[in-house]
Amino acid sequence: MSDTPNNSRGVSVQVRGLHKSYDGQEVLLGLDFDVHPGEIFVIMGPSGSGKTVLLKHLIGLETPDAGQILIGGQPVQSPELMDQYRMAMVFQSGALLNSLTVGENVGLYLSEHRLKPPDEIARIVSEKLEVVGLKGNEDKMPSDLSGGMKKRVAIARALVIEPQLILYDEPTSELDPLSALVIAEEIVNLKERIQVTSLIVSHDRDLAFGVADRIAVINQGRILTIGAPDEVRRNEDPLVKKFLHADFKRL
Amino acid sequence: MFQNVGEMVVLFWATLLALPLTWRQRHKVFDQFFEIGNASLLMVCILSFFIGGVIALQTGPLLVERGLGSYVGGVVGYSICKELAPVMMSILIAGRIGSAMAAEIGSMQVYQEIEALRTMNIPPVNYLVLPRLVAIAISLPLLVTFAILVGWLGGACVSVANSHIGLSFPAFFSSLRDAVEVKDVANGVFKSFIFALVIAVVSCHQGLITRGGPRGIGRSVTKAVVNSIVLIVICDYLLTRILLK
Repeated sequence: MSDTPNNSRGVSVQVRGLHKSYDGQEVLLGLDFDVHPGEIFVIMGPSGSGKTVLLKHLIGLETPDAGQILIGGQPVQSPELMDQYRMAMVFQSGALLNSLTVGENVGLYLSEHRLKPPDEIARIVSEKLEVVGLKGNEDKMPSDLSGGMKKRVAIARALVIEPQLILYDEPTSELDPLSALVIAEEIVNLKERIQVTSLIVSHDRDLAFGVADRIAVINQGRILTIGAPDEVRRNEDPLVKKFLHADFKRL
Repeated sequence: MFQNVGEMVVLFWATLLALPLTWRQRHKVFDQFFEIGNASLLMVCILSFFIGGVIALQTGPLLVERGLGSYVGGVVGYSICKELAPVMMSILIAGRIGSAMAAEIGSMQVYQEIEALRTMNIPPVNYLVLPRLVAIAISLPLLVTFAILVGWLGGACVSVANSHIGLSFPAFFSSLRDAVEVKDVANGVFKSFIFALVIAVVSCHQGLITRGGPRGIGRSVTKAVVNSIVLIVICDYLLTRILLK
């Protein structure tokens, strides 16, 4: 199911037998899954289950010990991949460049690749910041922002790329419920507007069951289940049930 | 330090390949240039003036005592331009600027800013290393040229003011002109150019391999400065051997 390069729609992701270990400790134990073009795919699992490591492999920041990742049919380590497909990642911490203003951070991709003239970049930056509810904050420094605001700026920075594949690492952590809802709506809007493929790593069950086309539950480097939200909810695996139904009321 | 030499060579080569992109990064080059040059100027001035003065003070009375007073300018001029100005200024810049480079890039590494650049298809070598390497490779030789002149002036002032030496300014500079040729100054400036490359590559590399939190950044800064100084001294010996021929 390899896609021919197409710049206006999402790309597929195929993960085959992915293994990774650090200092002898196995983190990923042979993951296999497909993400279809334009799909919102959420990976859930407890802390330390290998979700963020998986995301870093998907965008080529880490090299697997074994196995393969194909983006649009091409290996993720292929040097041409980044030129062929537009991909973005929203880091859990935001990972804004602290020496640049908010506006410069959001417009960095366009200015560094010289894709637009400065006034056009300023307009796009303002537009994307408005999407995440931060219009008018262009001249602030990241150190002036709260954790949640940094996350929203990071999302605006990803939106500027008009990505075909967008990876979110805990997009709603540190956000209040209203801001989380705004982000969730934007994830769905993006899918409808540019058919982007979205891969989300999250603990947030509300987000996962609210936006996902399919959900995978991962634990200790293995996938426990993959399916549509309803299928996952009905899954009888005790670990899946325990994770999905963990509740403070039980205390 | 030496186990990373291969990685440093690869980083240097990657930066050389990125040189055609320097014009694109000119604003960052100017920022770094200002930081390295302008902000270090006063320090360079004080250091080189007193180094020149100390050399005159140490050698002047001895030479005068042996009837070799006409050589004071030459000894001071030669030692400053060929050895002391390039090495001392490079060590100063390794401490001031190399540490800043390692700290800034190291903190970007720790706080995932460099990973964010990679995900935007912005190579850290082009964005971070290239402007720093170009700026220091231009500014350090300029600073050393300035340091040589100020060092000579310091030597001359001490030679005139010290009663055990008692030279006049014209006598000092006449002796200096007899002993020092333009190629000697060029020799020292060339050395400083090589030292600048060493400082930039060692410090940026150390920043890029930073792991851990604030402690990791601190460790990287220390390593960047110490490794730069050690490599500067080793390169100084090798360059002196080559340039003496």
